[in-house]
Amino acid sequence: MKNRIKVLRAELDLTQAQLASKLEVSRQTVNAIEKGKFDPSLPLAFKLSNLFGKPIEEIFQNEV
Amino acid sequence: MKQTDEKWCDNTRKNTVNLAYWTGAWVLTIALVSFGPKFLWNENNTVTIIAILVNLAIGIGVILANKRHLNSLDELQRKIQLEAMSLTLGVAVIFGLSYSMLDITNLISYDAEISHLVILIGLTYLAGTIIGNMRYR
Repeated sequence: MKNRIKVLRAELDLTQAQLASKLEVSRQTVNAIEKGKFDPSLPLAFKLSNLFGKPIEEIFQNEV
Repeated sequence: MKQTDEKWCDNTRKNTVNLAYWTGAWVLTIALVSFGPKFLWNENNTVTIIAILVNLAIGIGVILANKRHLNSLDELQRKIQLEAMSLTLGVAVIFGLSYSMLDITNLISYDAEISHLVILIGLTYLAGTIIGNMRYR
């Protein structure tokens, strides 16, 4: 699954560590999600959605 | 928010250290049960039984500490642990039974000890965790 987390994070001027801290996950998890190596759970996706103020489908796009 | 974030990190760290303490104590009680009867209490069965019960009680503490540790991890860390555990379970069952059959059929000259299996489990779990962390780095 592709995502725009890196871009959205940059817009808020947050480091991976700062974003991880806000989401209450490890920096490794944020990095793995950004790189598309790991798909987050629905609760974590909602946390991202709330943090960035965008709907989930604007953050994550399904790769066909 | 900052306090909550620090609380999550502190909680994970605390549970990891807690698990290490419980595991260390459990290993010490195993050493006590293994060497105590010969070197400390002159084969007194009552003391040996008490030592085994203490070992069992601390072992239960290890299980509960491990559960708390896993619950304090985030979802990726849990996935890495789950994959390492599934690899370990598979290796332990498959290689453990093959090793046992080698012993039963006398194809190896020595006894297949449970400690060999524990070493295999430990090394496999360690390798599984390292591989998982490298994969999601």
